[in-house]
Amino acid sequence: MSRYSAFSLLRGALTGDRHWQPAWRDPEPKSHYDIIIIGGGGHGLATAYYLAKVHGLKNIAVLEKGWIGGGNTGRNTTIVRSNYRLEPLHNLFEFGLKLWHGLSDELNYNVMFSPRGAMFLGHSDADMVKLAERGDAMRCDGIDADLLTRDQVAKIEPLLDMSRDARFPIQGGLIQRRGGTARHDAVAWGYARGADSLGVDIIQKCEVTGFVRDGDFVLGVETSRGRIGAGRVGICVAGNSGHVAGLAGLKLPIESQTLQAMVTEGVKPMINSVIMSQSLHCYISQSDKGGIVFGGDPDNWPSYAQRGNPMVMEGAVAQGLALVPALSRLRMVRTWSGVTDMSFDGAPIIGETPLRNLFLNGGWCYGGFKATPASGYTYAHTLATGKPHALNAPFALDRFERGATIDETGSGPMPNSR
Amino acid sequence: MMQFPCPHCGPRAQSEFIYERTLDSVVPLNAPPEEAMTKLFTRNNPRGVDDEIWRHTYGCRAWMVLTRHRVTNEISGCRAIGPEALP
Repeated sequence: MSRYSAFSLLRGALTGDRHWQPAWRDPEPKSHYDIIIIGGGGHGLATAYYLAKVHGLKNIAVLEKGWIGGGNTGRNTTIVRSNYRLEPLHNLFEFGLKLWHGLSDELNYNVMFSPRGAMFLGHSDADMVKLAERGDAMRCDGIDADLLTRDQVAKIEPLLDMSRDARFPIQGGLIQRRGGTARHDAVAWGYARGADSLGVDIIQKCEVTGFVRDGDFVLGVETSRGRIGAGRVGICVAGNSGHVAGLAGLKLPIESQTLQAMVTEGVKPMINSVIMSQSLHCYISQSDKGGIVFGGDPDNWPSYAQRGNPMVMEGAVAQGLALVPALSRLRMVRTWSGVTDMSFDGAPIIGETPLRNLFLNGGWCYGGFKATPASGYTYAHTLATGKPHALNAPFALDRFERGATIDETGSGPMPNSR
Repeated sequence: MMQFPCPHCGPRAQSEFIYERTLDSVVPLNAPPEEAMTKLFTRNNPRGVDDEIWRHTYGCRAWMVLTRHRVTNEISGCRAIGPEALP
């Protein structure tokens, strides 16, 4: 793999840009791998990268039914933050946030991470108490969080409707200044290039259609490109977790739902941070191209359809316009949706399954993108050693039957009320 | 938006309905703990057809079981819920 640098760009420019090469190979699947990862999204590719980089394993394959980064990695709103109240959650996401801050250097690939600040809005006294509690919990573990007054919020985002008769009056906020956004495709491509250069086979257009089993042992997978044997198999398929686990006869604490997002035409800088409101469930940021990216609630019923419902989109748009009235002058140019794997306590699942040699990484709900590095790092540890990393130990699949759920919002086992 | 064939009101816009849960996750009153656990915390979640409980909240307010394809949104049945439908 040739290293990307300013020098190589300059040399390429002088020689007619003929130096570009494919960033990863397109290998034929081998008959056996030590570890197979099902799912070539950000999480799966990051897992493969850290397996090769940190654990020194070489015989690894990532199987992807479509093309890499074509699922939720390419369908989110690219927000990166670690501002969670519960300890296991903010510790995991903070580990990821630290990796984000050095990721472009680590991968020699510009993931365009932009720590512009992730800000929650508070709309009532109760909201402000909740935000203060969350900020305190974060600071106890050394994570940055600043409670903002109304005037401080207005200074960061002058276009918010701060009038007294605003539909959603703003009392203050909580900002995590190290949070921000990143370029989602670049994360998948950067990890793919890094993993490939360390010898990982990235096999696209290869759908897993079943598992090869001997009793409770998983010995490999059946795919659209033939049977492939494996020492260990890791499921990492986000919205399709229920489907793939179903091929192994497992029933998961996951319900798949559709989550939509949308973007307007590009304009000059008008949104400086990532604005989020958890009381409304609306989040707004501006991409580097100038488009205003925003999203809202999932469509709260089960769905594998990668397309959204105008009824839910209208709700998200109404919230966005109420918060930033100037958005009403913009045209929406594109909407899309992904299939989110809603878990039954709102927290992810990373760990062992009841079957030997089969592992699961899923249940990220609508918040998986920000976790990409942390998810990959801890899942790689779990796959390499067969035991969870300290950071993902609380996120075991059996926590529901043990009564050890990690329920950030306290809403119980109802994915559609999250 | 989908259109649901309410057994009482006929075809109506989805915006009048609220999703409750899948039929397989209704916990029988006399369920032993293992069964209650499974029904509360796991789902079949097929990438295909499943039975779901919806309520015509902004219409006749009745509960019903809708049989829907999770990818195509094709609705192959909608029946009223009654004592005989309860587990």
